[in-house]
Amino acid sequence: MNEKFSGKVWVLGDDIDTDIIIPTEYLALKTVEDMKPYAFSPLRPELAGQIKPGDIIVAGKNFGCGSSREQAPEVIKALGIKCVIAKSYARIFFRNSINNGLLLIENADLHDAVKEGDTIDVEVNAQITHNGKAYPIASLPENLVDILNAGGLVKAMRKLNGLD
Amino acid sequence: MGHTIIEKIIGKNIGREVKPGDIVTVNVDRVMIHDIFIPFVKEKFEEMGFTKIWDPDKAVLIYDHLVPASQVDDTRHFRIGNEFVEKYGMKNIHRSDGICHQLMTEAGYVKPGDIAFGTDSHTTTYGCVGAFSSGIGYTEMASVLGTGKMWVKVPQTIKVTVNGKLPANVRSKDIILRLIGDLGADGATYQALEFTGSTIDEMSVASRMTMSNMAIEAGAKCALFTPDEKTAEYCNVELTDELKDLKGDADAVYVREITYNAEDLVPVLACPSQVDNIKPVTELAGTAVDQVFIGSCTNGRLEDLQCAAAILKGKKVAPFVKLIVTPASRKIYKEALADGTLETLVEAGAIVTHPGCGLCCGRTGGILTDGEVVVATNNRNFLGRMGTSKVKIFLASPATAAASAIAGKIVEA
Repeated sequence: MNEKFSGKVWVLGDDIDTDIIIPTEYLALKTVEDMKPYAFSPLRPELAGQIKPGDIIVAGKNFGCGSSREQAPEVIKALGIKCVIAKSYARIFFRNSINNGLLLIENADLHDAVKEGDTIDVEVNAQITHNGKAYPIASLPENLVDILNAGGLVKAMRKLNGLD
Repeated sequence: MGHTIIEKIIGKNIGREVKPGDIVTVNVDRVMIHDIFIPFVKEKFEEMGFTKIWDPDKAVLIYDHLVPASQVDDTRHFRIGNEFVEKYGMKNIHRSDGICHQLMTEAGYVKPGDIAFGTDSHTTTYGCVGAFSSGIGYTEMASVLGTGKMWVKVPQTIKVTVNGKLPANVRSKDIILRLIGDLGADGATYQALEFTGSTIDEMSVASRMTMSNMAIEAGAKCALFTPDEKTAEYCNVELTDELKDLKGDADAVYVREITYNAEDLVPVLACPSQVDNIKPVTELAGTAVDQVFIGSCTNGRLEDLQCAAAILKGKKVAPFVKLIVTPASRKIYKEALADGTLETLVEAGAIVTHPGCGLCCGRTGGILTDGEVVVATNNRNFLGRMGTSKVKIFLASPATAAASAIAGKIVEA
């Protein structure tokens, strides 16, 4: 993970649940790659096709509420989303995301200021910059960054144990 | 600036002050794995390349959901669990002693101020003794078993104050149900609940356990009670100044404060099929009941069985109503046997089962069918939890459950 990056923003609202992120009917597909076209389909069927690697999702409160399905963070990551910046996250989704190597940032103010298509600059552990305004973000400890860098918890642990 | 209980527990664990929103790595004091997830934990643990548990004595494996096996495949979980224990040198295994959340404090695995994680969502229970405990997934459990570490986000705290004397037919279950109704099922997501007030001070550890157990039903990460003399006795520890200080400071910052007067509270029910669908018992009075379940990690303790026995003494369960009583642990079972509680319940017509999760996880011991109504003392009334999706599950206190069993319909105790 780069310490600093920029990306184009997709804006979503409050309470984006795991059924919106990847509906139950597609969970039986063999791979996360197969699920990609259906990400966010109940809300915005065209969105999965529009997202480009490196893009950023900015959302409202309680992002990822609902079930514990680990496919939700996995499919967002598979789409190439660099990070999600939301006002808040549901607890299980937050953990599943980090453990699956998806960077999540919490910020209460950016969502109300940003427009879809804007570009923002992110400095991990420090701040987000949008239209010249800085939004401070809470720091991630190094070992959490290590999990993200490794591509998730299983891979991080394999690396720790000298397997990969 | 002062601190809340959760900020103090995490701060002490990592050796520096923390504030809500900080993401920190804690040293885990205890982990609990239950029978349902042990096969997945083992698979992930080995995929991660671990060859030993960071501290085998800090891990506890408990068979409770599947004991005794009700399906042939259940035995696979026991076989894999037994292999895991043997291979990695674990000593703490319970194969038929009761429900995991009861055993973790009852058997002394979790003490005040500890940090503990479990593979079951109701791991919030250990907050009853002032421990920070929460549920995690099996992938994460595998990594904790290997490293002894866990990353956590320091939660904001909602302070809940209950003052005064509870009416005779109102129990701690009614307080937590009311709170969940007021907060909503996601009203405390990612936050800690902290309980205080004279009603809480007067309460037994068992009653507090009912409340910390159900905190997850409002989305809470944990639910904390300040350790007192009762806690110290229950946990067999000395009540040190450090433990007494596990309270919210006067200048601690809370995200929200909620206060109840105990005298104003009434017996309530969580109505089908959401735990936050709370109504006074009087509103549902007269609803015909097919079955009553008294048990679970929420309300299967000695005081719950005694409460039911006091109401059922010398009376009979209504014809056609099945009253199923499931003590939360073998210890509770023996105590209830010794003091005559079980005899009273059996005389009244109760079916007393072996300790364990029993009907609460909907696998055994009283499965219901379409259109049937059950009044139950456990923690979830989700669709299909105790049989078909057309079973109506009303969650209640042991007092309401016992009174309803006699009447054959929903009534206040």
